[in-house]
Parts: sequence; C-alpha cells; structure tokens
Amino acid sequence: MMRIPCPHCGPRAQSEFIYERTVDSVVPLDAPSQEAMTKLFTRNNPRGVDEEIWRHTYGCRAWMVLTRHRVTNEISECRAIGPEALP
Amino acid sequence: MTTFRFDGTTYTAQAGDTLAAALLRNGIGLVGRSFKYHRPRGIMTAGVEEPNALVTVGEGGRAEPNTRATDVFVYEGLVAKSQNRWPNLSFDVGAVLGLAAPALSAGFYYKTFFGSAKKWMFYEYFIRKAAGLGNAPTLADPDRFSQRAAFCDVLVVGAGPAGMQAALDAAESGKRVILVEQDNILAPSLLRDRQEQDADWINATAERIRAAGGVILTRTTASGYWEHDLVTLTQRISEPGQIPAQGVAQRLWHVRAGQVILATGSIERPMAFAHNDRPGVMLSQAVRTYVHRFGVVPGKRVVIATNNDDAYKSAQALKDAGAHIVAILDARPAPAGANSGHRVYNDAVPLSTKGARHCLKSVSALVDGKAMDWDADLLAVSGGFTPVVHLHMQAGGTLDWNEDAQAFIPASSRQNVTTIGGAAEPQAIFQMVPVSSPKKSFIDFQNDVTLADVDLAWAEGYRSVEHLKRYTTLGMATDQGKLSNMAALGRLAEKQGVAIPEAGLTTFRPPYTPVTMGLIAGASAKDAGAHVRRLALYDLHAAKNPIWQPLGYWFRPRAYPTGGETLAQAALREAKAVRNNVGMTDVSTLAKFEVSGPDAAAFLEIICATTVNKLAVGRGRYTFMLREDGFVFDDGTVWRLDKNRYLLTSSTGGADRMATHISYVRQFLCPHLRVSAVNVQEHYAGIAVAGPQAKAVLATLIGEEPPRHMSTVPAAIAGVPVIILAASYSGERAFEIYVDASQAEAVWAACEAQVNEAGGALYGLEAMEFLRIEKGHLVVGGEVDGRMTPHDLALDKMLNKAGGYIGASGLARPALSEAGRRQLVGLEAIAGDIPEGAMLIPSEGASPQGHVSAAAFRIIAGGSVALGQLTDGFSRHGEILIASSPTRGQQARVRVVAPHFYDAAGERYRD
Ligand SMILES: [Zn+2]
Repeated sequence: MMRIPCPHCGPRAQSEFIYERTVDSVVPLDAPSQEAMTKLFTRNNPRGVDEEIWRHTYGCRAWMVLTRHRVTNEISECRAIGPEALP
Repeated sequence: MTTFRFDGTTYTAQAGDTLAAALLRNGIGLVGRSFKYHRPRGIMTAGVEEPNALVTVGEGGRAEPNTRATDVFVYEGLVAKSQNRWPNLSFDVGAVLGLAAPALSAGFYYKTFFGSAKKWMFYEYFIRKAAGLGNAPTLADPDRFSQRAAFCDVLVVGAGPAGMQAALDAAESGKRVILVEQDNILAPSLLRDRQEQDADWINATAERIRAAGGVILTRTTASGYWEHDLVTLTQRISEPGQIPAQGVAQRLWHVRAGQVILATGSIERPMAFAHNDRPGVMLSQAVRTYVHRFGVVPGKRVVIATNNDDAYKSAQALKDAGAHIVAILDARPAPAGANSGHRVYNDAVPLSTKGARHCLKSVSALVDGKAMDWDADLLAVSGGFTPVVHLHMQAGGTLDWNEDAQAFIPASSRQNVTTIGGAAEPQAIFQMVPVSSPKKSFIDFQNDVTLADVDLAWAEGYRSVEHLKRYTTLGMATDQGKLSNMAALGRLAEKQGVAIPEAGLTTFRPPYTPVTMGLIAGASAKDAGAHVRRLALYDLHAAKNPIWQPLGYWFRPRAYPTGGETLAQAALREAKAVRNNVGMTDVSTLAKFEVSGPDAAAFLEIICATTVNKLAVGRGRYTFMLREDGFVFDDGTVWRLDKNRYLLTSSTGGADRMATHISYVRQFLCPHLRVSAVNVQEHYAGIAVAGPQAKAVLATLIGEEPPRHMSTVPAAIAGVPVIILAASYSGERAFEIYVDASQAEAVWAACEAQVNEAGGALYGLEAMEFLRIEKGHLVVGGEVDGRMTPHDLALDKMLNKAGGYIGASGLARPALSEAGRRQLVGLEAIAGDIPEGAMLIPSEGASPQGHVSAAAFRIIAGGSVALGQLTDGFSRHGEILIASSPTRGQQARVRVVAPHFYDAAGERYRD
C-alpha cells in the first residue's frame, strides 16, 4: 500500500484514495469521436513514469495528479487540480 | 507439566515446548504423510521453515490446518491431528499401494490437462483423495481478529543479537522503535548455541529498549513488505486452536516505518541424497535447538553430514547430552574437522538412508570415492545457510552472490531498508554436488519434488527457473521453498553449465509465512463485510416490522406485511392501494445533487444527455446520463428550483458512482464553469405519495393546490419546509416530498395520517417494482445494464440535439445504432408465468436472442408481464417466443409487445 502525499492533507495511506485514470486518457469535452475513442481505448501503459488522476475520497475528497513510476511506485510529484488550482 | 493430545493419545509436555519438541520428547518421530507420495515424514527443523511436520491444531471453528508443529507452542489441552493419511498415520493405504507415485511425476498436471479432458476427469477423483494437506474447518471461527495501524522511525525485524543491538541503538538515540520476533522468546539463536552469559545480556537489552520507549513484539512475524516502507505484522496473541484469553486470537499490524532494519538471519539447508526425507533426518541447527533449548535429545546414535564448521557445535551439544556421535561426514577435504575430537570422514557425501518402522536405521555415504555405512537413529545435516532475504526482495531489492557462502545476500534496495547480521553475512561453506541417485533425493519436501523431477523438466525443455518452478511445483507449497529453492537452482545451474547466479531467481511474494483468512478479514467479517447506511426514518419503519431489502449500502422496506401476509400478498395489497387509492413510500435513498451558479444549466447539459436549459423555473423533466463510450449508465429527474439552482436525482445503487462522476467532470473537464455541485443525498429524506387520491391528500397536507405533473413548488407540511416534486414512477399521479432529514419524522407522520384517512397504505420496494414494470419504467441495474444505448432503450428522441454532453462522441459510433442490437421490449405471457432472468428463444434448443430483465403481473387485471431485451425487438412486436429459465426449470410462451402495460397514453398523470 503506497503512501500518497495529498497536496491538501499531507502523506496518507493509499486506502484513503481512489484511482481514476491516467491524465492522457482524459477525454476533453470537445474531442472529435475518433480522438475520444483513442483516448478511451488505446492506452499507453508505460513501464515507467506516468501521470495519474487520483482522488482523496476518504479524506479531503479533492482530485490530484500523481506522477508515479509504475514499476517502483516512486511518486515524484502530487499536484492539486480543479478550480482551486487554476491560475 | 502440560498435557496435550496428538491423534487421540494424551501426552505431556514441558513448559515452553513447541509441539515438535513435545512430540520428540515423547519419542514420536512420525508426524505426517507427504503431499503426493504419502511418504512417512517427521520433524526436520525447529522453525517456521518446517516442510514436513504439518498438523491440524484445534477443534471446530478454531481448527488451523497445515500448522507447522515447530511453530506452535503447547498449551494445556492442545489437540493436534496428523494430516493426509488414511486410515491412520502409521498404516496409510495410499503409501502401501504406492497409489500416487507412478502417476504424479513432474509435469503430471500439465500433461494431463493438455492431454484430454476425459483423462483429467478420470484422474481427478483419485488425486483429490490422495494428494492434499489438512482440511479447512467448516464451522465459523468463534474468535476475533483485530487490525491495528502503527508508525515508527525504525522497525527492526528479528530479535537475534544483531536485531536487538540495532533496536537498542535506535531507541537510545531517541527514535521510535518497534522490534518484532516471530519466536516467543528473544534471541532464540543464543539459546540454541547456549552461551551462558547471553541470558543476562538479552534481559538487560530488552529492558533498555523498553525504557527508551521501544516496543517489543514477540510471536509476531513481519509477513509482508509493501510499498513505501509499509510492513504488515501478524501477531499471534493466542496459539493456533487456543481459546484466546481476551477473545482476540491474532492481530494484523500495518506499520509505516521511517526505516526498516532486517535482522532475519538465515535458514539451514538440507542436503540432497536418496531417502533424505526419512523421519530421523534433521537439520543440524534444529538438533542443537532441541538439545539446548528444549532439553530433548532426538537420537542416541548420530551421524552428522556437513559442509561447514557450524555442525560441529551440534556434535558437541549432542555429545555433552550423552548421545554417541558415530561419524561426522565432512564434505570438505582434510584437515577440516581434524581437531574436533570426533570421528571425522573428509571428502564424505551422503548417499542414502535406510529405515525400519518409520525410524532411521542406517546411513551410507561416499567417502573419498568409497561407499561406507553406519547404523544410526539420527542424521543431522548441514548443507549451508540461506539468508532470509524475503522481505528485502518484497521491498523491491536486488541480490548479490556470495561465493564463500554459496548464497544470495541483499544488495541494493529502492526502499529505506537495510539488512544486518547473519542475513547479510552468511557463514562460509564448501560447495558440494549431490552424488546419489536423484530419484528419491528430495529437494522440495512439502511438494514431493526430487532432483529427478528437476532433471525431467530439464530434459523436456524447461530452461527458465520460473518455468521449472511451475512445471515441477517446486517452491509452491505453504513453505514457499524456504528449504528447496537453492537446491533446485544449484541443479539447474549444473544442467545449464553456468554459475548459480546466472540461473536466475523466482519472485519472493508475501506472506513470509502463511496467514489465516480470519486475520485478513479482521473485523470486516460477517455482518461487517460492507457498511450499512440507515434511513433517517429507519426507526419508524422498523416499528412496523417490514421485510427489509438491501439496496446499495442501504436497507429499505420491501413490504409491510400485516396479519400473516406473505411477501407476495403484502406487495400486491400495497400495489393495489396505489392503483385504486393512495400509497406512500420512503424514497430517501435516491441520489440527489444540488447544482447552482450562473453556469448550472450549462454544467447539467454536460452531465445529462437531455436538454436542461429550456426548463422554466418550477419545472422538471426525466433525464439520463451516458458514459464516455455512449452507453446509458444512470437516469433520474432534473428540476429547476430557481433561476440558477437545480436539483438532480438519480438511482440509489449508482449514487456513489454518480457523485464521483459529477465531481470528476466538474474538476477535470469544466474547471472554468461557475457552478457548484453538492451531493445532498443524505441531507434530504424523501417521501413519495402516489395514487388517484394523492393530489387530494397533498392538498390537505400543504393547504394549497398541489403542482401539476412535472412541476415543483416549495411548501410546508406540519410546519416543516419541504420541496414538492410532482413526478411519478408508478404510473399514477404522484408527488415526491423532500425534507431536511433531521425533520423528516414529523412530515412522515403527517403524510401517514392523511394516507390512512384516505384509506391508503404504505408500500415497499416490491410493490414499487410491480408498479414500475407494469408502467414500463426503467431501472438502473435492470433494463439499464451498462450495455444499452439511448437508441436501444427508445430514449434517443430525448437526446440533446445540440450534443456537447458526455458520451456524445462515443454514441456517434455507427455500431451503436446499427441493426442487430438488443432493444427494450415488453413481454406478455400467453401461457405460464414469465420467469425473471429467462432467456428469450424462438424455439426449443435455439440460441438466445435476448432475456427477461424484470417480470411482474398486471396489478388489477392479472396476467404475467415482463420487460426484456430482444435483438431488433422494436420491429418484432406480435412475435411469439419462449421465455426459458433452465436454472429455475420454468418457461412461458410470450408475445412481444410495447413496454407499456398500463395507461400507455399517460392520462392518469394529468389533472
Ligand atoms: Zn486530502
């Protein structure tokens, strides 16, 4: 079980979080059909670092983007997203 | 003095005995039968690595099968049974007949599986009878298993001298320390080696660790090393099968450590020679443990076989205890062992053993190329030492090869873990090669794998160690190859003509030692398997003693039987009340979201596949939501409460999923919208009032003209503010009343009084199901099953023509609106009752063309009706099919019709 550094709550156990999807499989609202389906069904699944969307469901309920090495589970960054994180 | 029973006979044990020590004390050498070949097996070790002496300990629900006799401490009244024998241990039919031996060579399962199904089915019966370990208990475990989370700066695994010193240093430098030891005493290796001054050091060190705030847990195994320095500990509070003093049998710890120090020591290796599995063959350090720690001498005439110096300590211990050391077979050339004072044979490698009545009788060896033999009743073996690197490897570490010790030792790690002591620096040994016939030379004792099996796998082309493992089942028993893996690697490397490190390694997986299922389930067992959410009005319902039905995490009344009614009778009475008069029901569990802000309508038109922004204030509509791939995943209603304020409802079962979806869309896809979407599912309790009298009842309750169908007004009932939604799920004129959950009881009571006054009734989920099926309304999880598009459900005319909603691009794929898809239909029975879940077939024996998703009957008129999915169903109205349920043994002839059996024109909604 990983320890995820929530940008709002600090380091917490993975069991408080729910995984959503990788950042590159987010389907923008205005994506054309072909692009949308590629994002949904053709995933990269790299053996290495990837950006993933998680939610601190059993904590502050905020969403965040984790930069995680998918073999070693090393988390190099965890950044807040959403309206609060807008410039 | 403690008494215990083994296979029905009562024996006595000394305080502190393991079951293995107590059995040896009572002269019992034969403890079990082997897994495949039913060979007699005894006690080989004195620790958790024991492959042979597996017994079932305890009775009833407390029984723990496959418990290592070396890893259970005797308590008063302990009951142990041997396993895998019939009719009894010393006379076993399987072994006498040699039933399994010719059949179960390496790869037997694979060959039989891939051969023919018939052959497997023939063998299966015999194999299931013949091969096996203990039986799982069939009764519930009466004890509790607790779980605990802990944090520390330094976790030290293994309380040997190195581990205790490390724990002391850390604790006295101000760090929070947890020290764990799987044995029930500290530093058992010092006791084994009997250094008298050590007892004082152990006690003093433990005291200092505790004084500095450190926590010491004995009988606790670090069983798994997970990500980010999380280590799970399994703590035995009571012994296997023992009644726990405080009710808690075991505790599972999740320890997040700043740093982990592994002082896990090493495990002695056996040697491979013929009949090396006979009772009376033991590991050298185990023999020494029995002599020094337990005061049990397991043999009188002893041969020792070794490739290292350590075994000489065992020889001395045995000699001091009065045993006769017949010979020491030292694989090393002279002068190794020359000054030991024992009869030492150099260049000596064991060949075989002989036995009588399940005891060891003699040992033969090849000494400098010449065969010799000796009478002996104990053979103590030391083939070297394998560092316990399991946790290091679970943490994602790498290994180095130590040539002197012929062993893998921990190298680098990506987690904050270091290994110290014997696990990092194993003793030097002499590299030896087995010389005896490989056929009965066992390397995996628990799974009955011999050197010959490794050779066979090699001959059949299995080169990789991972393939070898799966083909022979080597290392796949409950001991996970703690004794066997190095022997197999050595043989494989020999075959490949490479050094051992080049032969590769298999993966080390948690748990280090077996963990009981009860410990993993912990407090989440039985009724606590899922959390229960209670309705705000739970007490009011419970007072009426309804039949409850789980719905998502909730329990809702299914029906309110009175005067001995069955469920079906009660539900029919309740449904008739709605059709003829008025009924009321609790709909609090529906998902509810309050969406507000200047962009609320725009946001809802992204979530919902229907239009929203055309709604006037005070109006509502049916709506549904799509997944990104275009399939319907939920439905509900949306209401415009105010200019910039909407209420969205959706299904109970999908409530959490919808809450996550809405949050994801809001945060990721439209962070710029000026909108707030709040989950108000539990803020509001909901009451539905439905039936021809509903309007009159509501008018009395709110003191004004109720809103027309699909309109909403704020009002007050019994002085409590409420929101009235005029919506119907039953086919009758109906209203949903939403009220702050904390004030719901007064509103419910007022409604119930008026409904009773009108001669109506409460209704539950069963009646609601009858009503909605007859009317042809969809349910999420039934008709909306994740595989249906809006077209399939005849919802496509409601789609927002402007697009822009989630799932629009997925839905645009041609295949989602092509012919040949399953489509929603109604079904009415011509003969028989339509079984729910039945497949729809055109004739007997034909392939299914659809299925029945929900079945009920016409509430007033009678007759079985159903909703279903049928290939190209829209164009097949009038066709006759068979609804067949082979699992229920029921079928009915049905006619395909439109999915509305009641008031198809919707006239009863309107005033
Ligand atoms: Zn958080």
